[in-house]
Amino acid sequence: MPLDDRYQLAFKLYPYERSTDQDASAPVRHPVVVVGGGPIGVATALDLGLQGIPVVLLDDHEGVGQGSRAICFAKRTLEIAHRYGCGQPMLDKGVIWNLGKVFHDDRQVYEFNLLPEQGHRYPAFINLQQPYFERFLVDRVREAQAQDAPIDLRGKNRVQAVEVKDDHVVLDITTPDGPYRIEADWLIGCDGASSPLRKMMGLDFEGRVFEDNFLIADITMKADFPTERWFWFEPHFKSGDSALLHKQPDGVWRIDFQLGWDIDRKEELKEENIRRRLDAMLGPDVDYELVWTSIYTFQCRRMKRFRHGRVIFAGDAAHQVSPFGARGANSGIQDVDNLGWKLGLVLNEKAPHSLLDSYDAERRYGADENILNSSRSTDFITPKSKISHVFRNVVLDLAEHHAFARPLVNSGRLSVPCVYDGFPLNTPDALPGGPARTRPGAPCPDAPLGQGFLLDHLGRDFVLLGVGADVQDQLEVDGMTLRGLSVPADADIADRYLGEASGAVYLIRPDQHVAARWPAFDEDLVRAALARAIGKD
Amino acid sequence: MGLNTAPNIPDPDGFYADLLNAHEGLSDDNSIAFNARLILILANHIGDRAVLTEALAAAAKGDTQ
Repeated sequence: MPLDDRYQLAFKLYPYERSTDQDASAPVRHPVVVVGGGPIGVATALDLGLQGIPVVLLDDHEGVGQGSRAICFAKRTLEIAHRYGCGQPMLDKGVIWNLGKVFHDDRQVYEFNLLPEQGHRYPAFINLQQPYFERFLVDRVREAQAQDAPIDLRGKNRVQAVEVKDDHVVLDITTPDGPYRIEADWLIGCDGASSPLRKMMGLDFEGRVFEDNFLIADITMKADFPTERWFWFEPHFKSGDSALLHKQPDGVWRIDFQLGWDIDRKEELKEENIRRRLDAMLGPDVDYELVWTSIYTFQCRRMKRFRHGRVIFAGDAAHQVSPFGARGANSGIQDVDNLGWKLGLVLNEKAPHSLLDSYDAERRYGADENILNSSRSTDFITPKSKISHVFRNVVLDLAEHHAFARPLVNSGRLSVPCVYDGFPLNTPDALPGGPARTRPGAPCPDAPLGQGFLLDHLGRDFVLLGVGADVQDQLEVDGMTLRGLSVPADADIADRYLGEASGAVYLIRPDQHVAARWPAFDEDLVRAALARAIGKD
Repeated sequence: MGLNTAPNIPDPDGFYADLLNAHEGLSDDNSIAFNARLILILANHIGDRAVLTEALAAAAKGDTQ
C-alpha cells in the first residue's frame, strides 16, 4: 500500500527522515513505541520523554492535519499541558469564553455563565483550533529534545503489522525507503477512532451509533458577534435542526448545523449549499469566507479493555464520544496524564506491571462517564421519538419562565476531570471535615501560592503536601523519593484543602490526583498509602 | 408554601434520562397514558390543593405561546 497522504496537512512538523533502525541487521528493541501522532500520541511521547524514558512515535503522515476539529480545551487539559511546559502558548493563542446563550426558534431561552472560580491559573475553557494545540505540543517536544529528552518522532512511518508477544511487540513498518521492523517492550495505541492497530489486533469497539449528520463550517467574517457560545434548538433561520456558533482564534467562527440522517453528503458539502444555510443564519449583509467545512457523524463507544498485555490504548482509539461537551480530546489528554507516570514507574522497575491495570480501570470509568454525559446531551439535542421531542420542547418553553427547567436543558455538559472514587490506588479518606472536592481520587484544584499557583508545585512525582501542617522535605520509600511541600493555609488553599480541618497532609499522585489525606503527618500511614498508590498493596 | 419553581431535583440529567427511558418503546397512546398516570401519582404526593392549582396554571401558560 503506498504511503499517500489521506488528508492535507495544516503544519508539516515531522518530515520523514531515515532512522538508523532501518539499517540495523536485527530489529532494534525500544522501551516504548507510540502509534499515532495526534494530540494524544504526541502528549504521550512528551510525558514519557520528559521522564527520561526513550520513546519512538510512529505516524503515517508528516504533521498535523487540517481542520479545526476539537476546538474546546478544558482547564484540566491546560493544567496537564502546563506540566508538560506548553500550557502558556495555548492560553495565549486561545479564545476565552464564559457566557453561553441558548435559543429555541427565535427566542432566547436562557443564558449561563461558566463563572470560573477565582484563583486558578487557567480558565474553564479556551477555544483553539486543534492544529495549534498539536503544534504547541510538537514545539515542546522539539524544545525537550534540545535538552536531551529521548523522544524520536518518525513521520511517514506506517505500521503495517503487529505481532504481540508475552513480553514485547514486533512492528512491521512501511516508509518511503521501504519496510523495516522494530520491537517494543510496550506499545501505546493513539491512532484515533478508526485505529488501524485496534483492527490489526482484532479487538472490539462497540457502542451506540447516532443517526445524525452535522455540518461544520469554519468561517471568517467581519461581524459583531460577541465571544460567547450560542446554541439554537430548532432555529428560526431553518439552517438545521440545531445550530452552534462559537469563536476561535484568528477571527474564525465555528458554525455547526444538525442536518439529520438521510442526506446527500456530497450535495450538502457543495459551497453554494453551505452558503445557503449560512446566509439564512447570518442575514444577507454579512460578508464571510469559508475556511474549512466538513460533515461528521458520531458514535459513543469504547473498547472493553484498554490494556491488552503489552499493548495499551489511549484517546479516541480506546473510546469515542459525541462532540457535545468537548469530551473527546480532553478525555484523551487525561488518559495520557493517567498512563504516563504509571508506565514510567513500571519501566523504572519501581512498580509492578499490575499498576497498568489501574490505568485500564480508572480510564474506562472516565470513558463511561464521558459517554454517559455526551449520550444524554445528544439525546436532548436530537430527540429520537415523538414523546422525547415533546419533553425536550416543553423543557425549553418552561426554561424561559421557570428556573427549575434550566438545569434540564442540555446542549452539552462541558468536560470536567473525573474523580476516581473507590479505586484501589486510593487510601480511604482520613481527613475529618475535609472538602469533598479534594477527597481521595479527586484531581487537585489549583489555588494561588506565592507568586504562582499550587499546581506548579505538584505533579511528575509523588508529593506529600502539608497544608497548615509540617511534612518532611523528603522521604525515601522503596527506592522512591517522596517530595515534601509545606504550604500556609491561605484563603483559597484552606477553602479547597482544609474545609473544617485545621491542618491536612495530602499524598498527591504524579497526575495531581489525591491518593490519600490525613489531619497530620504519620510516616507509617504515608508509607502504606504510597505502596498502595503504586499498586504494591 | 406556594409552587416551587426553583431547581429542586438532584441529578437533573439522570432524572431526565430515566423519564425518557420509561417511555422507551411505548406507542404514542401508551406514552400519553403513562404521563397521565405519572401526573396523578405526583399530584397525590404533593397533596396541597393550592399548589396543584398553581401548577395547573403554570402548565397552561406554556400552552398559549
